[in-house]
Amino acid sequence: MKELRYLDNVATLVLDEEKCIGCSLCTEVCPHAVFEMKQNRASIVDLNACMECGACVNNCPSGAISVSPGVG
Amino acid sequence: MDKTKGCGQDGHLSHQGLKLSTSGVNIMASMEGRDPSCSSLVKDALADHEKPGFKLCSYVERFSETHAGPIPIIKSGLGKDDLFSTFHVRWGIHRLNYTVAPGLYGIGNPGRTSEVLVTANFKLTFDHLRKALPHTSAWILVLDTKGINVWCAAGKGTFSTRELVKRIEDCSLEKIVDHKRVIVPQLGATGVSAVDVKKQSGFRVVYGPIRARDIPAFFKNNRRADQKMRQVSFTLYERFILTPVEIKNALKPACITSLVLFVVSGLGPGGFSFSGAWERGLLSVLALATGIFSGGFVTPVLLPYIPFREFAAKGIITGSVFAILLMVAVSPAINGMAGSGALFLFSLVISSYLAMNFTGTTPFTSPSGVEKEMKRFIPVQVAALAVSTGLWICSAFK
Repeated sequence: MKELRYLDNVATLVLDEEKCIGCSLCTEVCPHAVFEMKQNRASIVDLNACMECGACVNNCPSGAISVSPGVG
Repeated sequence: MDKTKGCGQDGHLSHQGLKLSTSGVNIMASMEGRDPSCSSLVKDALADHEKPGFKLCSYVERFSETHAGPIPIIKSGLGKDDLFSTFHVRWGIHRLNYTVAPGLYGIGNPGRTSEVLVTANFKLTFDHLRKALPHTSAWILVLDTKGINVWCAAGKGTFSTRELVKRIEDCSLEKIVDHKRVIVPQLGATGVSAVDVKKQSGFRVVYGPIRARDIPAFFKNNRRADQKMRQVSFTLYERFILTPVEIKNALKPACITSLVLFVVSGLGPGGFSFSGAWERGLLSVLALATGIFSGGFVTPVLLPYIPFREFAAKGIITGSVFAILLMVAVSPAINGMAGSGALFLFSLVISSYLAMNFTGTTPFTSPSGVEKEMKRFIPVQVAALAVSTGLWICSAFK
C-alpha cells in the first residue's frame, strides 16, 4: 500500500506505551503495519497509514490503544 | 434442543415454526427465490438428507457424520451457477440476499485435528474461501453477518465476539475437534476480541491471513502469517471489480437528476420551452454521464496515478480531462461560453462528488480523513453546482 496513502496528520490513534504488555497482537491485526515491536513493546511506526478500523483497540488486552474517529 | 434444530439453522427454523424431529440432519434451509445458487438436483448419495420443505444447496458434496451430527461437506470448485450469480452480485443485484445459512460446514476430509476457519455468510465471501481450499481439509464456521463480508460486518458489529461465541456453542464445536483453536480472518479483528472469545468459549482465536488464497501457505507456515499476508492491498483489479456497484448505485440518483436537468434546461426567454428542454436537456445529461464515468469508474481504477491525496481533488483532475473531451465533442451544439462553462463545471462537480464517495469503498481511508475532506470539498462542490446552474440558465437567454 505504499503507493496509496490518504491524508496525513488526521488519524486519532493513540498508544499508551506505559500500558503495553508486549503481546504484539496489535502488530498482527493491523492491516496497514502501523505498529512494530521495539524492545518488547509496541510502538507506532506509521501513524499516517492508520485508517481507524479499531482492530488493535478491540484486541489490546491491556487497553493501551484508543482511536476516536468522528462519523466519517 | 440444539440437536433438533440443526447447527446454525435455528433462525430459519424457529421463524418458520418447523419442528425437525430427532434426526438432527443439517440441511440448508430452502432459499427458493432467494439464492439462485441452490440447485434442486440432489445426488443419490445425498438423498438420505432430503427433507420436506428444504432444498440441498448445489455446493454441498456430501455429509460427514460427527459426534455433533451430520455436517455438510462443501465443494471447493465453483459451479456455473456460482459464477453467474457472482457476476450479478458484482453489479449490486440481489446483493443483500446473497447468503449461505450460518453454521458449520466442512471441506475436504476434515477430522478431529483439522483447523476451524471462521467466515461470514455473504456467499461471495464463502465462495472465495472454498475456492482457495482445493486441497485442504478444514471445518468452516459461518457466522451470521446478514450477508455482509467479513470486514464490513466486523465494522458493523455482526461479525463479533458474541456471534462467534454463540456459533461455537450452537455447533458444539468441542465435540467436533480435539483442539481449542479457531482461525479468524485478520480483518474480522475489528469486531472480534480474541481475549473475550477465549474467556467466553474457551477457544483461542488465531488471526489468519487477510486473503483466503494465503490460507494454504499460512497452514504450511505453522499458522503464522507473514507481513505480506497481514497487509491489505488495493490493486488495479481490486479497484476495477468494485466499480460496477459504484456505477449502479449512481444510476438511481442520476435518473432523478436527469429529470431536474430537463426541467432546468427548458427555462428560457419564452418561459418554458419543450424543445429547449429536450435539446439542452440532452446536452446536460451527457455532461452528467461524463461525470459519472469519470468519478465512478476512471478515478477509482486509476486512483494511485492521479495527483493529490483527497479523492474529491482526484475527481476534479479526472473530471477536467473528460469535461474537455466532452466540450470538444459537443461544442458545435453549444452557443457561447456560458453554456460551455456550465456543462464543464457540472461534469466536474459530479466527477468530484462520486470520487469522494469512493472513499467509503477503499481499504485505507480513515473516517477522520474523510470528514476533513468532506468539510473542505462539499462547499466547493455546492458552489460550483450553483455557478453551473446559473450559467446554464443564463446561456438560454442569449
